[in-house]
Amino acid sequence: MNIMEALEKEQMRVDIPDFRSGDTVRVHAKIKEGEKERIQVFQGVVIRRRKGNTGATFTVRKVSYGIGVERIFPLHSPVIDKVEVLTRGRVRRGRLYYLRNLRGKAARIKEKRT
Amino acid sequence: MINKLFGKKIGMTSFFLEEGKSVPVTVLKIGPCVVVQKKTREKEGYNALQIGYGPKKEGRVNRPLKGHFKAVGDRCFSQLREVRVEDPGAFQLGDEIRSDVFTIGESVHVRGLSKGRGFSGVVKRWGFSGGKATHGSRSHRIPGSIGACATPGRVQKGRKMPGRMGNQNVTIKNLKVVDVRPEMDLVLVKGAVPGATNSFLEICKANAGV
Repeated sequence: MNIMEALEKEQMRVDIPDFRSGDTVRVHAKIKEGEKERIQVFQGVVIRRRKGNTGATFTVRKVSYGIGVERIFPLHSPVIDKVEVLTRGRVRRGRLYYLRNLRGKAARIKEKRT
Repeated sequence: MINKLFGKKIGMTSFFLEEGKSVPVTVLKIGPCVVVQKKTREKEGYNALQIGYGPKKEGRVNRPLKGHFKAVGDRCFSQLREVRVEDPGAFQLGDEIRSDVFTIGESVHVRGLSKGRGFSGVVKRWGFSGGKATHGSRSHRIPGSIGACATPGRVQKGRKMPGRMGNQNVTIKNLKVVDVRPEMDLVLVKGAVPGATNSFLEICKANAGV
């Protein structure tokens, strides 16, 4: 299996910072519009991280004009320009699906004390 | 130019294309494919190469074969396959053909022996939907009716029934080559290929016929 491991390692990105669910991140995603390429920023709370080698993903949730928007990014995708971790959240589970049912003040996440 | 090579399946993974798309790929290890014999129109009536693939212990090779392998030095092969080529003169005996025969973006056919599933029922073998699971149903995975009554009074030939499944040669056509790594003799094709990991495969260019 060494060949597979080597191939997957080569695909994986090492420049993505370490973050976990509950953290607020700013994802800079590359978007191609015809010939031009521009960067779109998506800022929100990480509500899920899926493990895996090249197939790892994470889901970012934000509330935009009162409407919840979730976006799933492949962690190792070349589409991601960079990921900034803004705050570390204190949460007690790995999948924060309960945030979907909360709005406003209730949907806040406490910051982790360091 | 050679249109067909031999290799084995290493496994599957996902691969990111340059534009960021993630595609499922199968990793194939090509070769070593060594030219053992050249067949020419003058001598054998057609132009082809005999390719040796896979190692074999020398003690396991019988004397006639050993004599045949003498042309390529001290190497013995477990598989001998023929590949038609236009001009056998372009190759030397003992030449190792590498995976750079294939180019990124082209289509290939991959042929191999599918995994044996043993004696399988109709749901697995032919995709029948089976019966209800609950509500008093007792026909869970049975085929149902297999024909009419007195006319014709027999079961039609070719009726899909349970039986041995898999362990057959299967060709998957027109798989796209996603990446080629000549230094490691790897070819990455999009999609699945028949057979288990480490099983023997024929990889052939799509425009050259099966």
